[in-house]
Parts: sequence; C-alpha cells; structure tokens
Amino acid sequence: MLLIHCPYCDAARPELEFRYGGEAHVARPADPATVSDEAWAQYLYFRANPRGLHAERWRHIHGCGRFFNALRDTVSDRFVAVYEAGAPRPDAAETKR
Amino acid sequence: MSEPFRIATGGDVKAGAPLTFMFDGVSYAGRAGDTLASALLAHGVHLVGRSYKYHRPRGVLSAGAEEPNALVGVDGGAGRFTPNLRATQVELHDGLVATSQNRWPSLAFDLGAVNSLGARFFSAGFYYKTFMGPRAAGLRAWKNVFEPIVRQAAGLGAAPTAPDPDRYAQFYTHCDALIVGAGAAGLAAALAAGRAGADVILCDEQARFGGSLLQERTATIDDAPASAWLEAALAALAAMPNVRMVARTQAFGHHAQNLVGLCERVGDRDSAASEGVRERLWQVRARDVVLATGAIERPLVFPGNDRPGVMLAEAARAYLARWGVAVGRRVLVATTHDSAYRVALDLRAAGVGVAGVVDLRDAPTGELVEAARGAGIRVLAGRAIKSTSGRLRIREARIGPVASTEAAQEERIACDALLMCGGWTPSVHLHAQSRGKLVWAPAIGAFVPGQAAAHVRSAGACNGAFGLAAALREGDAAGAAVAGGSARAYATAHDPPQTGARDIAPARSAAAKDKAFLDFQNDVAVEDVELAVREGMRSIEHVKRYTTTGMATDQGKTSNLNALEVAARALGKAVPEVGLTTYRSPYTPVTFGALAGASRGDLFDPVRRTPIDPWAQAQGAAFEDVGLWKRAHYFPRAGESMAQAVARECRQTRASVGLFDASTLGKIEVVGPDAAAFLEKMYTNPFAGLAPGRCRYALMLNEAGFVIDDGVVARLAPDRFHVTTTTGGAARVLHHMEDYLQTEFPQMKVWLTSTSEQWAVIAVQGPRARDVITPLVEEIDLSREATPHMSVREGRVCGFAARVMRVSFTGELGFEINVPSEHGRAVWEAVWAEGASREAVAYGTEAMHVMRAEKGYVIVGQDTDGTVTPDDLGLGWAIGKNKRDFVGKRSLARPDIVAAGRKQFVGLLTEDPAFVAEEGAQIVDARGGAGGAALGHVTSAYFSPALGRSIALALVANGRNRIGETLHIPIMGRTIAARVVAPTFHDPQGALLDV
Amino acid sequence: MAHAAHRSGEGPSLKFSALSVFFQGLRGNRDWPAQWRSPAPKSAYDAIIVGAGGHGLATAYYMAKEHGMRNIAVLDKGWLGGGNTGRNTTIVRSNYLWEESARIYEHAMRLWQDLSHELNYNVMYSPRGVMMLAHNHHDVQVFKRHVHANRLAGIDNEWLTAEEAKAFCPLLNIGRDIRYPVIGAALQRRGGTARHDAVAWGYARGADRYGVDIIENCEVVGIRRDAGGAVAGVETTRGFIATRRIGVVAAGHTSVVMAMAGVRMPLESYPLQALVSEPVKPMLNCVVMSNTVHAYMSQSDKGELVIGAGTDAYTSYSQTGGLHITLQTLDAICELFPAVRRMRMLRNWGGIVDVTPDRSPIIGKTPTPGLFVNCGWGTGGFKATPGSGHVFAHTVATGEPHPIAAPFTLDRFRTGRLIDEAAAAAVAH
Repeated sequence: MLLIHCPYCDAARPELEFRYGGEAHVARPADPATVSDEAWAQYLYFRANPRGLHAERWRHIHGCGRFFNALRDTVSDRFVAVYEAGAPRPDAAETKR
Repeated sequence: MSEPFRIATGGDVKAGAPLTFMFDGVSYAGRAGDTLASALLAHGVHLVGRSYKYHRPRGVLSAGAEEPNALVGVDGGAGRFTPNLRATQVELHDGLVATSQNRWPSLAFDLGAVNSLGARFFSAGFYYKTFMGPRAAGLRAWKNVFEPIVRQAAGLGAAPTAPDPDRYAQFYTHCDALIVGAGAAGLAAALAAGRAGADVILCDEQARFGGSLLQERTATIDDAPASAWLEAALAALAAMPNVRMVARTQAFGHHAQNLVGLCERVGDRDSAASEGVRERLWQVRARDVVLATGAIERPLVFPGNDRPGVMLAEAARAYLARWGVAVGRRVLVATTHDSAYRVALDLRAAGVGVAGVVDLRDAPTGELVEAARGAGIRVLAGRAIKSTSGRLRIREARIGPVASTEAAQEERIACDALLMCGGWTPSVHLHAQSRGKLVWAPAIGAFVPGQAAAHVRSAGACNGAFGLAAALREGDAAGAAVAGGSARAYATAHDPPQTGARDIAPARSAAAKDKAFLDFQNDVAVEDVELAVREGMRSIEHVKRYTTTGMATDQGKTSNLNALEVAARALGKAVPEVGLTTYRSPYTPVTFGALAGASRGDLFDPVRRTPIDPWAQAQGAAFEDVGLWKRAHYFPRAGESMAQAVARECRQTRASVGLFDASTLGKIEVVGPDAAAFLEKMYTNPFAGLAPGRCRYALMLNEAGFVIDDGVVARLAPDRFHVTTTTGGAARVLHHMEDYLQTEFPQMKVWLTSTSEQWAVIAVQGPRARDVITPLVEEIDLSREATPHMSVREGRVCGFAARVMRVSFTGELGFEINVPSEHGRAVWEAVWAEGASREAVAYGTEAMHVMRAEKGYVIVGQDTDGTVTPDDLGLGWAIGKNKRDFVGKRSLARPDIVAAGRKQFVGLLTEDPAFVAEEGAQIVDARGGAGGAALGHVTSAYFSPALGRSIALALVANGRNRIGETLHIPIMGRTIAARVVAPTFHDPQGALLDV
Repeated sequence: MAHAAHRSGEGPSLKFSALSVFFQGLRGNRDWPAQWRSPAPKSAYDAIIVGAGGHGLATAYYMAKEHGMRNIAVLDKGWLGGGNTGRNTTIVRSNYLWEESARIYEHAMRLWQDLSHELNYNVMYSPRGVMMLAHNHHDVQVFKRHVHANRLAGIDNEWLTAEEAKAFCPLLNIGRDIRYPVIGAALQRRGGTARHDAVAWGYARGADRYGVDIIENCEVVGIRRDAGGAVAGVETTRGFIATRRIGVVAAGHTSVVMAMAGVRMPLESYPLQALVSEPVKPMLNCVVMSNTVHAYMSQSDKGELVIGAGTDAYTSYSQTGGLHITLQTLDAICELFPAVRRMRMLRNWGGIVDVTPDRSPIIGKTPTPGLFVNCGWGTGGFKATPGSGHVFAHTVATGEPHPIAAPFTLDRFRTGRLIDEAAAAAVAH
C-alpha cells in the first residue's frame, strides 16, 4: 500500500484513496482526424514503461477527485515528486521531497 | 504426574496447580507459562516429529520461531484444528490436545522410515529424473500412479476440513517509531524514544518481553541483575502513555514506505480474554522502524546432527532459565563460539551433568572458556562431533580431531543431549525486505545490514553487534535518533565478550553412517547441496530450488547460511560471491484468517440496495447480484417457476402496465456553459441541437472506438444535463469523463456530479403507464403532445420534486420517475396503489431483459464485449455526422475497423420456436457443428412472451448481409437451425412508443 | 573440456530414468553430469535470445532441435528461470475465447502432454482440471461462451452446475450464504499445473545438449545496429557479442531491452503477487479460479496451497506489491474455501508481468530488421511456455511468423485488429 502525497490536498494518503492513471504527458492529438494510423496507435497504446523514473498520472478519486502527476522510481516505488496536472515534468535532479 | 526434568520454577512458569494436556494421546502435566515444547521436555520427551522425506525421528531443536522440527497439529475442537504449529511457540493451556505429524502408525514406530533405507535414491531432485513412465503411456504413469503417491507422501500436517468458526480482527495504526523486538536492544530503543516523547509501538513475538534477558542469570546492567533491570525497564515503559507494548506479536513483513504487518496471537491460549478474537492483524505505518530482532543460533553440521536430543545450545539455556527444564541429565556441548560456554556454565550451576565442551577451534581462549575450565568442565579443543547414535534419542557422540577421517581416533562420549552452536546469524529479514543492502561480515560469517533503503535502522544482534553492552548501546542510540532524543550510557558487567570462528568444515569420518543435515525439516543434507552443484546449479537460488533447502515452514532460519557455506565450498567461491536468496515475507507463517479478517459473508463486499428494495423483499422477489447491487430478478407468485413469473411480468406490462425499480442506473449531473460541447466529446451523438426538455439515447466509446457504455442524455436547461449510465458503468463513466475534463479539456467550464444515489428511479411502462401516474404528477402535462417520447420534465410527483423522463426500455409507452431517494419507496408505493386498479405488475431485471430484447435494444456488456463499434451494433445513426471529433472517433477509421466482414448485431429465430438458444452459443454456417469456423455467437436468448416463441440476438460476421439466411447453432451434440433477422422482434415501427 | 561427454544430442549424456537414479544412487550419486554448461560467451552467434526464462529457453531448444541452429546463445542478466518462470502459480490451460488465442494455447497444451518425455525431465505436468467459477449471470454468459467456442474448436471445456462443481472439488463452498455464491463453473479437465523450475531446467538441459550456450549473469545493456538499422549485436556486461538476429524474450523487462534498439512497445509492467501456504496433506484436487472475487488456488505436489492474486494498480519493476493485494486475495480464498482460514501463509512474492492493451502476446517481427520479440504474456505466460517457444523459434529461425503466431503482430495495434481476451472474457489469468 503506497502512501501518496496529493498536491491539491497537500496530504499523504493511502493508495486505496487513489486511482492509477498510467503514463503522464501522453497528450491527445489536438485534431485526431489529421493524425496517421501509426501516430494514433502510438498515442493509444505505446508507452515508455521505464525501469526507473516514471512520470505517471494519479487521481485522488476518493478524496478531492482531482488528477495529478507523480514522478516515481519504478524500481523502489519511491515517489520523487508530485505535481499538478498540466504542469511540466519536473527535473528529477532538483526534486527532493 | 511428576515432571522429571523440571528442576525449578520461576521465570516464565508459574507455581501452582499443574495444567493437563495431551500429546499423541498421552496425558501430561504442565505449567501455566509453559510452551508445549517446554512442557514436553519437562517430561523428558524430545521425540516430537518425523522429517519430511526420510521420516527420521526428530526432536525439539530450538526454543523459538526458528524451530524446524517440532511441528504439531493442535486440535481445538470442531473447525479448530491447526496443522504445522511449532511446539516452541504453542502456549500451553489446560486441555490442549496436540499430535505429532507425518508418521504412521506412531511417532516411535513410523513405517515411512523405510524411506531412509533408500535415501541414496532420493537424492536432491531425483523426482525430476524419474516417475515419467514409458513415453507411449503419455501422462498416465505420472498422473495415475506416481503423482498420487508423491502427493500423499508429501505435505506435513493433516489438512483442516471444517470451516473455521473463529474471528480475526484487523487494526490500522500509525506511530513515530515501531520497534520490533523487545530484547535488550529493543527495550533500550523504546526507553530512549519513549523518554523523548515519540509515539512508540514496541512489539515482540514472544509472550514475555525481554528476549535473551529472560535467560540471563549473571550479567548486570547499571549494577542491577539483568532481570531486575528488565523489570524496571518494563515498568518504566508501561508508565509512558506514548508507548504501546504488544506481546505475542510477530512483525512479519515490511512494505513500501514503512508499512509493517504485525500479527498478534490473541485467543488460542485463553479465549475468555480475547473477546472471541483469535488473531489480530496490525498494519502499522511507521515514520521510523527500529529493528531489534536479535540473532538465531546456527546448528553445526555433522553426521547425525538431527537426532532427538541434539539441540541449539542457547535453547537449552532458555529452557533452563525460563521454564526450569533441564534438557538432559548428561549434556555434551559442541561449539565454534564462546556463547555455548555460557550455556555449559549455567547448566552446571543448575546441577545438570555436563560431559564436556567440544570446541572446533584449535585453541579457544577467553573469559568464558577459562570460566568453564575453572568450573571443571572438560574442554575438547580442536575436536568435532564425528557422528551420533541412539534410535529415538541421542545416546552417544563420537568425537575426533576436526580434520580427521579415521574412526580409530574417535572418542565416544555418552550423553542424552547434545547442544550445538555454530555461531549466530543476525535476523536481517525485515531489513532485507525493506530493500536495505546486506553486507558480508567475515568476522561473524554472516550477512549484516548495510545501507538502509527506508527509514529503517537495525540495532544489536540483528545488526551483527553481539553482546549485552552492544545491544543496549545500539538500541539506545537508535531510539534516541528516531525520536530526536539524546543517548545515554549503560554500564554492563559480568557479560564476558564472546567471539566465534567460521569456515570450520570438519572432515567426514569414515565410520559415519548418517547424513549431515542442513535443512532438518526438508531433509536436505550436505551431499544434496553438493550434488546440486555438481549438476550445474551454480546460483544459490538454483541450489535452493533443486534441493528445497530453506523452503520448509521455517524458511531456512537455521539452515540457509549453512547451506550457503556448503554450496560456496562446492563451487570454490567465497560466500558473498555465491549470493543470497531473497528474504521473503512473512518472517513466520501468518494465518490466512488474520489476513482475511472480518471480510466474509456480507462484509466481503458492500451490498448496495435501492430505496425500493425493502418493498421488493416484502413481495418475495428473487434477487440477483449485479456488481455490488442486489437487484430484484423476478417476483414469483406461489407455485410459479422463474419462467412463469417472467412471462407473466412481460405479458402484463405489455397488456397494461409494469413497474420496475431502475434506481441502480448511474446518474451524472453535467452542468456548465460548455456542458453540451463536453458531452459531444464524450458521446458519439450530437447535443448542441438538443432542445431543453428533450432526451437522446447516447453511446459512449473508449478512445479505441469500442462501445463501453450507453444511456440517456436529458437536457434540463441550456447548461444542465441529466445523464444516465448503465448500472455497472456508473463509477467508470464518471471517472472517464473526469479524466477527459481535467486532463484533456481543462478549458471547458463543466462540472460533473454523481447523482446516482440522489435519485430513486421508478420506471412505469406499458400502455396504461400514463393513466397510472397522471393522478400523482403535478406541474407536468403528460399528454402525448406536451411530453412526447424522449422528453424530460421537472415537476412534482406525490408532492416531491421530480424529474419525469418519457423514455422506454420496453418499447411501450414509458416514464421514468426520478424522485429524491428518501422518497423513493413512498412514491413507488403510491404508484403501485394507483396501478392496483389497472392491473399493474412489478417486474424484475429478467423481464426487463426479455422486453428490451424483443425490441432489440442492446445491453452493453451482454450484447457487446469491448470489441464492438457503433456500426457493428447497427447504431451508426447515433454518431453525429458533423462532429469533427469525439472520444473514439479517430479509431473508427482504422483499417481493421472499417474492413468488411466485421461481426454485426442481428436477430435470430430458431427453426424450432420452442428452443431457446444458450447465450454464448456459437454460430456456424454449415450443419455439422464442431470443426466449422464460428461466424459469431448468441449474445442474448429468451423465450418471448410477446411473440410466443424463442428469440435471440447475436453478433454474426457480415450479419446484416445475411438477413434471411439460415445459420446453425451447435449446442451439446445438437445443431439448431436459425434464421437471421433484423434485431427488432416487437413493434418494429415503434408505433407503440408514440401514444 | 570437462563437459564434452555431455555436449549436444550426439554425446553419451546420462539419460534420466528410474534405472539411472538407481545405479547412480548405488554409486553415491557421484557421477551425475552437469545438466547444462556454464560457457563463456563467444564473440559471435547466429542468433541470440535475450532472456533465459521458460519461453526463451524453449525458443532456443526448438531453434536447435527443429531448425538446426546450433550456434546460438541465450543470455540472462541473472540465473536461468529466475524471472516469472520461477514465480508463477504454474497453471496450464487452453480454454481461451478467441480462435487465435485458443490455437496458440492449445498448441502449447499439446506440447505439455509429452513434454516430460520430450525433454527427458519430469516437469510434472498434472492435468488435474482447471475450474473457473461463475458467481453471477454475466460470468455464466461469458464462461458458456468460452465453453461453446472451445468445443467448436475441438478444445475440451465443459459447463458444471454448482453442485457438479462441488462434486468435482469437494473443498469448494457453494453455500448460498456467501456474498457471491457459486452458481456454476467451466471446467477444462486437461488443464492443470506443472513444476515451473523443472520446465526451465528441462529446456535448459535440452538446449545445452544441442550445443546452445546458456550464459547466465550476462546482462544486455545495449543493442548495436548497423548503418542500415539492422541489428549487429548486443552489448553485455560481459562484452560485445555479434549477431544478426536477436529474439527478445524478456517478459517484464521487454520495454527496457527494446528501448535499447529505439523501439517503443505497447507494454506496461505490473507487479503480480502470489503466495503459498505451509504444506499439508492433499486437500484440493484441482485448480480453482474465480475472476469475480479475484483469486485462484491449487495445491502443489509438495502440499502447499498455491494462491495467485491480481496485479497491483501501478507499473513497477520492484518485484514487490502491496500487502492489501494479499489481503484481498485471501479474503476471496477464505470465502470460497472456509476450511482454509487456519492455514498459514508461508511465502509471498512478486513478479513483473508485461501487459499489452488487449492482454494478448506480441510474437514476431519489429520495425528493426533482425530484431524479434516475444512478449506481453501478462499474467498467464507460464501455460504457453512450450507453444510460445515453439512458434517463436520458427519466427526467429525463418524470419517469418509461424502461422499460429501470425495474428499476434505488433502491427495489430495500428490496424485495430486486437485479440482482446480481457474485454471478451474479463478473465485476467
């Protein structure tokens, strides 16, 4: 059971209050009709799935209800940073919480 | 009944009337405070079990959680049989009934012991090489002959057979510092952290706090005897309100971010004190964890080291000091470590005969060694145990020079107990589980904690720091550090330093017959590990898995390092190069019941019921599970079958009027200036042109273009929509919408609110629906002209604010009355009362399914399976033609989605009108069934009361072009012919809706 | 060299049999040869398989045996069989819904039948029956669809009433008083379990006998490509090894390995946990799975109850998961089998499973010439081991997909021709 810091509630809460949302910063094409099948498949299905720092989406579904992003080390499951949806991915080096 | 080996009371055992217990059908006396092991040893009973493979007689090895041998079944009455309990941890209570395991017919005479005779054929991994039978026989030899034998022979205790009546509790808590282990280090840590004001939990696996202090008789702390210091420390901790102390509580697993699982044994010993709870699972989220889990003594590896009476040395000291039990009358000690001298001295002081100390070291020195010599104990230096003898108990040991293989040089020493000490292994399990590093400490021949990965620190013996002074110092420092307090100094005395030696591998005597065991429970001997290495198992994980060493119920607590040393020697590598197997949770086995807790029956998952549910129950409805909901399935009358009830409900609805509880529908209020634009993104349909007061059937796709939900979108006002979802989809759809709203279209001004539980929904369907509800409705004109099909009106029903939607899932004139949930039942009953004179019927989900199928209305999740597009369903009309984008639209243009031949939604009429096809049945285009390629499958099938015959809905390849064709349905040996038709069976023109 | 006598199919290697166990036993088990060598990597191979799990070893075995490729190596960053092969709950079945899936799992099932003899290694394949429980009407519809689809394809699968399920598995609770009563079950009698380590070892020994180099503790850290973009070799912790053909069979680590060649994959790696109880005498005679309550259980030949859980919610390479997953799993097990509540969890562990969007594997070519991939087996790869290796061997050896593997392309994610077992079946395992 991970302990996750919600940046909106500014509180650490157990994983059960959250819902995982997959890789972050996978933007939906602004005009999907103009996108090739290949590019559309990349958007839909292809993921970085890194071993190490992963920018990912979480939703505090049983709390404030809001989506936010987190940087987590997928080897240790340690959270390096959490940040609001829409904010750019922080530089890992300067994020120490 | 006397206890011939009980030589004192005090310590753990209480004076007073003895308790009575049974072991293998024999009644014994014991004492309050005894463990089953101590009580048996008090009677001189060492033989308590048989080993897994060779059925060798085995005795109590240890006094704690590491016990591999003394496993018993404890029978607490009906449903309360527990196999594989360690006698060293079973607390004695009056009337306890325990039996030994893995023997037949009796422990002393076990026929399974013939396996020993064939031991050479049962080498490591032998079962991978045989039991296959002739190839021509295929699997038969293994399946019918060998596997049943293997299965019956394997397994330890008997399996429980009856449901367990006991209760288990679960408890969640937080603390600043969780201190695991209440020996000297843990107590010092708790005192330091507690004094500094930290919120502390101190837990210990044993019934009493104190760890090795409980058997310490000579050392002093701050000039007080250790026992007095312990008493004072416990009193001081008890007086601190910020310190919680939990005994009988095993910290079994460390999880991410310092979540530690503890299992507390509450009830087995005394059910009155436990409020009926047998065990309690704690999930502790600790800011810091201090591990003070001590160390486990390592057995020596010599032929016959498994005979009953051969024990860990420190265990004998514990039995003596804590339970007043002498483990023999003439004990022999064998060691590579000073600590065993302490045992010999304590035994000698208590009047037990000590035959000598066999020390594998050439020239042992030091305070304890000299003390032993001074006490007249014979020290045999540079000697090792070469073999032992005795049938069910050790009778004699043969001693010889460490490096010697010659029997002639061996001395025979009679003894009834042989105490061994091969050094100490720090209990680093939790540190390792917390992803902390381990480093090899050559001085003690063990792995010790290295860099910690979490807020976890180790103190005392588990950190490789042996001795009382080190334990107190490290414990105090850890406690002070985690609480921000300051350290103090403890003065210890009469605690001589203890050192040991590793890497002593005595030569095997030519005269030795027995195996030298590493893993006692799984019967893994030195030669097994050597064989595994010879066969190419170079990783310690391979050695472990091939030989099963360390995989028994003790998880190798006493055997892993010995096995690792043997493997390293066979591989010609240093131990750290060979590596270490993973320390897995749990530290000791944890009862399933404790992990499951109270989650059973109705507490397994929440039960959701609608406001109208009590009415349905009172009517005798049958219910079905739909997600978490209990839904009224049908309403049988006396003597009616389900089919009869459903047919009646359908007929009566179509003939007059039916009431249906649709409260489980998901409801979402979508509000804001961009609400219509947002819904156009979420659903395939257009909504910009939907007038307030009108409704539209809506299809939701995932981004891959497949139908995931449907519902009705009702526009209440330009900026306000009432959206319904499927029952099962409510939460998923809201999440899906929130996802897009928050992360893809955050600029849209829209607010989403789940109103599923705010509204009770009463569907009133049938030609007389309007007649029934009109008397109850205010402020709404329900006429055909004023409230046409697919419209929504706000007004009052029975005086309560209501939203009335004119929608139909039956094909009849229909209304869905939404009223606040708290009034749902009252309104339902009012409608029902109005209906009484109009032959109204209540119908359940089955009749609802039948009637919608008669109309060909899709049920998402039944007629679709996540691979179906709107066009597949014939619902292409629901796609807004002028919409440039909605979720899923782009995927509908992918090559295989636009390709010909996709499965399409059609109706089927079986040739035999009485035959109802089975849902899930396959559809083929030629008679003959099996072997033919499936064209699709039946998604829905019912007997239709409206048509007086069976109907079915199906997904069929190229189905719309096959209308009129006859296809075939192979079912259980028959093949049923069926004609493909359009998927609307009843009132295809929809005339009945427009009344 | 010391192992020469043991090398390759030609050599007089020691056949495993009751007789050899007997005679070797008489001689003190001194003469058993190594089951596989520990060779140093050569500078070049005709093909390299990355990942010495069951699938990778089986691939190499069949490449050698059926395609005559002897100059091949299997590389692993750790010890062979140390990933999901050694961490799974050993269930074997072939009752998948879609024709494409059923065909490949059935292909594996047929190989399982004879695998012990094929490898001369007792993999203890035990067709004791796999029973999938239905708890609601939706389950019934889904499982009956499986039954009909499988039978049409000639794959055994049958429907049982709750009472028949109880008769087949007496330990099962079919009482109406539990939260989700059992209302029926689908049974595949040929389904069962096998001994996971033995599968890896058997294939390793078999491949080694054909001369395949199995190189442990040799992590691939880079994939070198030539000017044309085709693969030229692998950089490893033991140096560069040249090859024109690479088969990546790295399960949970596939994305990481493929990224070395610049190929992004439709994969996410999730923790999957399992646990065993202490061993007891036989109490459960089959494999029982329930998707609605999320649990499955069998009893190993050793007597341990082997229990599988669902995945954790988030991607991870940690090989651990949340305690709450274990708790939820045991909730379900105790509800279905109330007699096991006093049993005790002995060991709990996690693996890393690579999951595709449609829960079906990817077997075949990649955009990089010479680079082949076999991945995405998710939570259910063990059962496919022989079949997966067999068809992938064909793919790597010939450069073209085996007909059974042909539908499982990477390209299906572009065209939309998914093989969606998850959507269709709602069965995760």
